[in-house]
Amino acid sequence: MIVAALILIPFIFGLISLFASKYAKYTSLVGALAFATISLGMVYTDLSTTATLNCNVPWVPSLGISLIFNIDGINAILLLLTAVITPLIIISSFSGREYSDNANFYALISFMQCALAGVFTANDLFCFYIFWELALIPIYFICAIWGGENRIQVTFKFFIYTIFGSLFMLAGIITLYLQTPAPHSFDWNVLNTLDSVDDLTEIFIFICFSLGFAIKMPIFPLHTWQPTTYAVSPTPGTMLLSGIMLKMGIWGFIHWVLPITPQSFIAWQNIFITISVTGIVYASVIAIMQTDYKKLVAYSSIAHVGMIAAGLFTTNIEGVQGAVIQMFSHGVNVVGLFFVLEIIHRRTGTYTIAHLGGIAHKAPFLSVCFVIIMLGTVALPLTNGFVGEFLLFTSLFKYQPVLCTTAGVSVILGAVYMLRMYKSIMLGSTNDITQNFTDITFEEKVVLVPICLIIIAMGVYPNMILSISEPYSYDIVNFIKDNRTDILTYINTK
Amino acid sequence: MTDLLWLIPLLPFIGFVINGVCYKIMPKTLAAIIASGSVAVSFIISLLLFFALKNGDIQSATSFYYNFITVGNFNVPFSLLYDQLSALMLLIVTGVGFLIHVYSAGYMHDDEGHNKFFAYLNLFVFFMLLLVLGANYVIMFIGWEGVGLCSYLLIGFWFGNDAYNDAAKKAFVMNRIGDLGFLLGIFMIIVNFGTVDYAEIFTKAKDYEIDYAGVTVLTGITLLLFVGATGKSAQIPLYTWLPDAMAGPTPVSALIHAATMVTAGIYMVARSNILYTLAPVTMGVMAVVGIATAIFAATIGLKQNDIKKVLAYSTVSQLGYMFLGLGVGTFTGAFFHVMTHAFFKALLFLGAGSVIHAMSGEQDVRNMGALSKKLPITFITFIIATIAIAGIPPFAGFFSKDEILAKAFEYSPILWGFGVLGAGFTSYYMFRLLFLTFFGSFRGTHEQEHHLHESPLTMTVPLMVLAVLSMVGGFINIPEVLGGTSWLKEFLAPVFAYSIQKSEPAHALSHDTEYMLMGISVGVSVVAIALAFIMYIVKKSVPASDSDEKGLARLLQHKYYVDELYIAIVQKPLDKLSSVFYAIVELKFIDALVNISGRGAINTSALVRKIQTGNTGFYVFAMVIGIIIIIGFTLV
Repeated sequence: MIVAALILIPFIFGLISLFASKYAKYTSLVGALAFATISLGMVYTDLSTTATLNCNVPWVPSLGISLIFNIDGINAILLLLTAVITPLIIISSFSGREYSDNANFYALISFMQCALAGVFTANDLFCFYIFWELALIPIYFICAIWGGENRIQVTFKFFIYTIFGSLFMLAGIITLYLQTPAPHSFDWNVLNTLDSVDDLTEIFIFICFSLGFAIKMPIFPLHTWQPTTYAVSPTPGTMLLSGIMLKMGIWGFIHWVLPITPQSFIAWQNIFITISVTGIVYASVIAIMQTDYKKLVAYSSIAHVGMIAAGLFTTNIEGVQGAVIQMFSHGVNVVGLFFVLEIIHRRTGTYTIAHLGGIAHKAPFLSVCFVIIMLGTVALPLTNGFVGEFLLFTSLFKYQPVLCTTAGVSVILGAVYMLRMYKSIMLGSTNDITQNFTDITFEEKVVLVPICLIIIAMGVYPNMILSISEPYSYDIVNFIKDNRTDILTYINTK
Repeated sequence: MTDLLWLIPLLPFIGFVINGVCYKIMPKTLAAIIASGSVAVSFIISLLLFFALKNGDIQSATSFYYNFITVGNFNVPFSLLYDQLSALMLLIVTGVGFLIHVYSAGYMHDDEGHNKFFAYLNLFVFFMLLLVLGANYVIMFIGWEGVGLCSYLLIGFWFGNDAYNDAAKKAFVMNRIGDLGFLLGIFMIIVNFGTVDYAEIFTKAKDYEIDYAGVTVLTGITLLLFVGATGKSAQIPLYTWLPDAMAGPTPVSALIHAATMVTAGIYMVARSNILYTLAPVTMGVMAVVGIATAIFAATIGLKQNDIKKVLAYSTVSQLGYMFLGLGVGTFTGAFFHVMTHAFFKALLFLGAGSVIHAMSGEQDVRNMGALSKKLPITFITFIIATIAIAGIPPFAGFFSKDEILAKAFEYSPILWGFGVLGAGFTSYYMFRLLFLTFFGSFRGTHEQEHHLHESPLTMTVPLMVLAVLSMVGGFINIPEVLGGTSWLKEFLAPVFAYSIQKSEPAHALSHDTEYMLMGISVGVSVVAIALAFIMYIVKKSVPASDSDEKGLARLLQHKYYVDELYIAIVQKPLDKLSSVFYAIVELKFIDALVNISGRGAINTSALVRKIQTGNTGFYVFAMVIGIIIIIGFTLV
């Protein structure tokens, strides 16, 4: 029943925060910390003790809907990511800008956490869909209420775009549901073992699901909502979106697409990987000439997510494990990066890279943190980013060396745009805008120091994450492998 | 004994942490003592281990610490390898590293970033030791990228200056291009061997040689690894970052950009000698790239007037010789040259640093001259290093260069010819530098002249130690033809055994041939020195100002315009591509398509909304039409 606690705690603290007026920030934080404590404890207990972890309660038996929530080794990592990132996001908002109407603000963050926990653990497709849509609401309000210039337009586009994907997903869900033997069921275990689906229906379901998930991640060329949304959202919103929410899409592929429509996936695998690799290079190239630092990081994030997707789609063990650890690393790094940029924005009021310079003279502590996070982002060894990229590239090389080499260009381009940004913002001489820059405060250190420590700790001892998910990643790898064998024997017998 | 191995990299790391965390409150002297002390202790341990290994008290061994990355059957252990090759590299890195730390205590004494500098320097030594000690390619890669990071941080150490920052960024990016090659090489190794462990790979590789496919795989792997080496060790086409890297403080140039980091590529190839021996095509490529770089950089060195730039191109050129050595199969010779080069090139850079220190930051040799009297120790040690690099016996450079050239002759007399030509260039530009700096008359400002002084002992003692090593360093591998025992070759034999056995020539060079080869190369050097003497001592000529150079001289002075070429064919197009992708593909196409679909939906709904007139008659009409259609369908 631990999973129920993980979903309910943020919800309850969210409700409390709604009415806690100026104390909302603390109630929300307490909720997030309780969540973190439970998740940490959970990850390092035996994940096979399903009875204590999971939850399975009938909800609408006549329609085959149940409240099924499961924890396995992969979503445990995502829960852990949510657990680590959410408190940091809450604390990051304590300093700097005062959020008007902050009870609502913090309540929305807690609700967001609740929805994320639901999406990551739901094992009933109906519940999954509900939480999937639920997650959109808090983030929409966070961005639309506290966002910057053009926020209404931009968040509207974001909202419509993702809803568009969700509708396809809904169509896919209903089609899939109708394939189950009567009385129908939404249970993952039932969906997973469906045999009788004909090819055309499976492909339809596969495309519907993939569209929904690909928009959320986002995968090139469905990504154009993302840079503007990141740029306009208030930083806590950007952190939630980039740090955790986009992992919903990747998780969707891992947990729903691969197990339920494996054969369509195998048929489309080449196309998907090629598209992902194209996206990696495309986004990396675009990032080079960005003038707005938030947009630059947004494009770099598209490149990184493209890499996760490409590796995952190879469905060999290095790829799946690499995707898992990289989801965590990317979440930590991108949140750190956006917070560093937020700190710079608080003190200078500009998002334009060219207006800055020389900050390292004034803020040595900030520059050390910035460097560490940047190194994590460009995947230097002994940082968390290296392990993920190393495994993902290995998987891609195994799949197809030419694609790996193409994607590998991002190793170089990543260094180009990150160092260029760092140089323009932090190095050189100070100017009118940066000459009174002050180094980071204690509250800001509380966020950045743990992030830096995680980056290094995971880079030095990545097996602490990898060992948790390995058996579960193998399940996926073997499942796809078996299906591939089935297809081959089918073709051969024909 | 090898239980102590982990202490060797760890101590500098601890020094880094202490100085890094307490850099604000740490007194300068203490910071320097911690930093130098940690490297000194590492050196002592390396020395103890070395003697134990030499006397046979310990054997080469791999020490396992923990599993770094484990995925299924694939495992990257964090383990260190101590053998003859790493033993010698340890001595170079910690020994020369220690001297340069001591020197830095004097050189950086008045810099406000003093403590930060020592923290970075310690971090560098840590990564370099990891690179050398790693027992598999991934651990080596950790060190490999780590030293690149430190190089970046130290080139841009004075980050108020944008030109320096650009140099630092250039170094990092150029190295990354090479690193991609290295990474792809590692992936190819993983795919083909299922492991990254040296011992396992080399054992399996020996079974590969028989078939054609196996050779192709090995050629691919070795070429990719070599791409990595061209980045780190500044070979054509990735060498342009190294001369720019001289923006860093001079001790950094000595330690990182001359003695240790830039030789990592040679170390990597030597470590993988079994793979390379099995891939003759790669060996040929390496020899050609090496000699081309050696000549190309040496010619540029002829016309440079910045004291550090001359030394930088000289380093590129000498690294080229090392790759030539590797390419023609004398791994020992290449490694021998790594060693002697570490001594005399570190000495040259530190000497240059002493000169720059005395000249209040001046680096242009046209504004120097007649410094021999004011800086006697620097002068004498600089002469020793210059003779050593020029290959005049019995100084260190002679023996190592001769070994490479002799082997090159066996491989192809043409390579040898170019090698001797390059050696002539080397002697010329080095003596030109020596004469312009220390002889003639003083050409600087009055203020500079007034301020001239010999450097403090912390700086001159390392010079003296390195000078001794530059004189006698060659004696560890005196070839048989000169009555020696080739000690180094014997010592390294366990590491290179397979390659030596494979590449042993059908008939070795006769002693007479060897004497002749030596005679010619020494002769060419002497002639080159004489030319420099006539030009700069007898004729007392001083290089023309930059704009006065014409023709070939201008081309050389502008380094063949390679930097400009790279900007024109890589950097500018890439920036342009980025702008085009963003402005046209992204905004005008993909996003526009999204917006059009959105707009389309709104327009359609606006159209459909017009039907909602509120006119009941229309609704009834529409309903009737609908019913008719449905009935029609059911009937048909």
